[in-house]
Amino acid sequence: MSERISQDVVAKVARLARLDLTPAEIERTTVQLGDMLEHFADIDALDLDDVEPMAQPYALENVFRDDVIDDGLDRDEVLSAAPAAEHGRFRVPPIIGLDV
Amino acid sequence: MSARDGLPGDWELVVGLEVHVELATVTKLFSASANRFGDEPNTNIDPVTLGLPGALPVLNRQAVELAMRIGLALNCTIQPCTFHRKNYFYPDMAKAYQISQYDQPLNVDGFLALPDGTRIGIERAHLEEDTGKSTHFGGAGGRIHGSDYSLIDFNRAGVPLVEIVSRPDIRTAEQARQYVTELRGILLAVGASDAKMEEGSMRVDANVSVHQPDTELGTRCEIKNVNSVRSIGRAIEYEARRQIDLLENGDRVRQETRHWDENDGRTHTLRSKEDADDYRYFLEPDLVPVAPSQEWIAAIRSALPMLPAARRTRLAEATGVAPDSEAAMVVVDRGQDEFVLSVGEAGGDVARALVHVKEAWADSPTVPAGDLAKLTTMEVGGKLTATQAKAVVAELISNGGGDPEAIAAAKGFEAMGSDALDSLVDQAIAENGEAWAKFCAGEGKAMGALVGAVMKLSQGKADGKSVTALLNQRRG
Amino acid sequence: MASALEIAAAVRAGSLKSVDVVEQHLAAIADREPEIHAFNLVLADEARARAREIDDMVAAGGDPGPLAGVPIALKDNMCTHGIPTTCSSKILDGWKPPYDATIVTKLAAAGAVVIGKTNLDEFAMGSSTENSAFGPTRNPHDISRVPGGSSGGSAAAVAAGFASLGLGSDTGGSIRQPAALCGVVGVKPTYGYVSRYGLIAFASSLDQIGPFATSVADAAQLLDVIGGHDPMDSTSIPVAHPSLVDVVDRGVEGLRVGRITDLPEGADPDVNERVELAFDALREAGAKIVDVQVPAFTFGLTAYYLIAPAEASSNLARYDGVRYGLRVEAPDTNAMYGATRAAGFGDEVKRRIMLGTYALSAGYYDAYYGKALKVRRLIHDEFVRAYEHADVLLTPASPSVAFPFGAKGDNPLAMYLCDVYTIPANLSGQPGMSVPFGTGADGLPVGVQVLAGTLCEPDMFRAAAALERAVS
Repeated sequence: MSERISQDVVAKVARLARLDLTPAEIERTTVQLGDMLEHFADIDALDLDDVEPMAQPYALENVFRDDVIDDGLDRDEVLSAAPAAEHGRFRVPPIIGLDV
Repeated sequence: MSARDGLPGDWELVVGLEVHVELATVTKLFSASANRFGDEPNTNIDPVTLGLPGALPVLNRQAVELAMRIGLALNCTIQPCTFHRKNYFYPDMAKAYQISQYDQPLNVDGFLALPDGTRIGIERAHLEEDTGKSTHFGGAGGRIHGSDYSLIDFNRAGVPLVEIVSRPDIRTAEQARQYVTELRGILLAVGASDAKMEEGSMRVDANVSVHQPDTELGTRCEIKNVNSVRSIGRAIEYEARRQIDLLENGDRVRQETRHWDENDGRTHTLRSKEDADDYRYFLEPDLVPVAPSQEWIAAIRSALPMLPAARRTRLAEATGVAPDSEAAMVVVDRGQDEFVLSVGEAGGDVARALVHVKEAWADSPTVPAGDLAKLTTMEVGGKLTATQAKAVVAELISNGGGDPEAIAAAKGFEAMGSDALDSLVDQAIAENGEAWAKFCAGEGKAMGALVGAVMKLSQGKADGKSVTALLNQRRG
Repeated sequence: MASALEIAAAVRAGSLKSVDVVEQHLAAIADREPEIHAFNLVLADEARARAREIDDMVAAGGDPGPLAGVPIALKDNMCTHGIPTTCSSKILDGWKPPYDATIVTKLAAAGAVVIGKTNLDEFAMGSSTENSAFGPTRNPHDISRVPGGSSGGSAAAVAAGFASLGLGSDTGGSIRQPAALCGVVGVKPTYGYVSRYGLIAFASSLDQIGPFATSVADAAQLLDVIGGHDPMDSTSIPVAHPSLVDVVDRGVEGLRVGRITDLPEGADPDVNERVELAFDALREAGAKIVDVQVPAFTFGLTAYYLIAPAEASSNLARYDGVRYGLRVEAPDTNAMYGATRAAGFGDEVKRRIMLGTYALSAGYYDAYYGKALKVRRLIHDEFVRAYEHADVLLTPASPSVAFPFGAKGDNPLAMYLCDVYTIPANLSGQPGMSVPFGTGADGLPVGVQVLAGTLCEPDMFRAAAALERAVS
């Protein structure tokens, strides 16, 4: 396919995935992903030009529900399972460094 | 209006608008929680809304139907469509992905005609889900930057949205205002949304750039947080001038998202697009494609109500005003045009009715059309002056209707018969010979003195229009 | 121990008490669970209370349903209201879902008794149950060996007699491979046959829930109960399924059994030998053996290990420390995300999230994810053509019998190869099941995989039942 995946790319992917990996983990992951991708290059041998991608195994369409209210969840039950909540809402630390 | 809309030099403005509207469904786009504004936080929640492990989305048929109404009203083609996941982390996005439409949206390739007939292209109008709401506490008073913590309410999460993306066909701030106003009218007419900018059920983002004629388009900035029709124009004008200043000073415009601040009347950098997130779009495996049948599309099309532009034309033809006159715009916008026309059907005068309805009511007229019809007939027949008619309308409103003749009589607005008016006109001509001579010589100004004299003689009971007509008749 | 069908019949007839059945199984659990570790949670009190309800219902003249009093073990990635559901992950440790999965509701309506939540590879990612955050499950046939995975807990629970039935989920072989290694029947139905509502997603377009049982007929009965259209799952197939428990005795006279001549090599000789004997057994039972080709079969592994991690990277993004589960406190939300997810996920889950995020990201999508979707189509279409000539296909379920702990070392690819024979059915959406068919090396169980076309479960169960009769 292309050249081996670099540590920089792995570090960027880890940021995208919101996984704080240690430098040692980045290093190990770079090797492991590189090995896998090398193995996965086997499909490059296939002629796929005229093949339609298949995202789902069973073709259905037009599956709808009616616009009718059903009982929702109990707020207290849900908030009691939250790491932090107050005033009926979920509490999070300051939102910075994120797109708005 | 010039294409440059008051911009300095020969700079040209290019604007595209992205409008998000919340659909007026009973439930959410993918689950059965209520779609309702203003409820206690986190009371309209279910496993899907909260992105609980194991929850699966199921598409709301009514949301698709309302989106199709929007598409048809905007002259779009409705096509088979799919849903994608747009992956990004944010605390009000429960699943850490938004279900949206990507390369196969429901509605494509339409247009919206501004009141003057200018067509603004519609690239697409697609379905997607809304996010929850974050409220920021501590720090500098509710701003996200410097806050101590935030609280999240998921009531709005999963509310169905249609994002309507225009082509960059808008050339003036005024056109942008007209586009949004017209779009709002269409959304209300088809019942797709309550389209309240102040409640956030209609949100406008503007992509603004400037360039010199016959040069390629400039770098654009996306302006967010524009919360009223008035601020759309202000924000675009400010942003255009900001970009021109940069370019004229030899600087460049950076592609970025900017935040409109209503208080200082400026836009501020929100984030640079150059380090834009990588959304990793892929087909949502938990949903299946939607392929609206021709029958379904035809049924929705045939059930569409008359749209504002057509209603303005109909009203204009009935009343003699221009379709883009203030009266036609305002009355159709308020949904009063049907009533005005029904005054005509009840035997009244629609032109007079248009004036009364526009001035007397902010929304639905509250008196029977027949009563107003009778009033306008009296007015046209010279039995009431415009001022008197207004007073009678006020009385009709406070009584919820009534007999205009009886009200006029009770107020002492006795009928001034045409014989009586004739003799007053004659008397005024006799008493104002000089003015009459001037009037006959073609001096328009003299008309005022003569009408005034008749009014004085009639103690205000004569109808100005009738007097004018009689004077012209006398002059021959 | 009695089969699930026998238990249900006796409980419905009032000749057997559900409470006694539960006590019998709890005794087996008390005896061997400490060394097997099949369960994350044994629901002893709940099971006893449920059994009493069922006995009361029978005493009152009611019918609790086709699984009356049958103890069942649920893989711990199926939501149970108020009962911890962890996916064997620290990130969900202690989380109690506020709702039930559709299959849980269906089991209750059929009179089944949930006896516990079983261990799995974290988020169903693995083939040995070694990736559980709560320690591995051991194979009841040899506790120095793995039970397979990811549904190793359910497979071991049924094999050890802790539960009469079990449910697992199969994304690339996670029911069939552990069934083979533990010597029980394991079924992955057609994609869309069983509702996924309440199954905690690994890879949405591949995941299916399916039965574990000690007999083909028991598995058929369980699938009859949990199968069927669910309006809560948009991918659930809206058709009525024929009863499978009614077809298992029908025989295989005239059934066309396909041999994939270009099947990837790599299975151990003892396994291949049993598969050959399986062909012989079906031929003797009246089936016709035919050759078919599925040239892209061998590329399934690559397609799967790009598609499944891609979907997983998105499905697992919701574990962000905001609404439920683990949170590692940090000065801002973005830092909280990174710290929480780093602490909450194990190595294999992180590896797949990384692989999937990469495969979907800008600049790499077409080369990896996009290409994998095309390979998926290729495999699907080749299977469709193969099923024009054959009603079912036979392959090994696993390349080897149960292997010792740590045998695959730190080499993820070696572990991924465990799924080479099971993956294609997930990609194509077609059903597959593993049937115990004697023993291989070290006297350990060998499973034969029976594959069939989309919604051709009846043919698959007929062939499986014939194999079962041949070895009994």
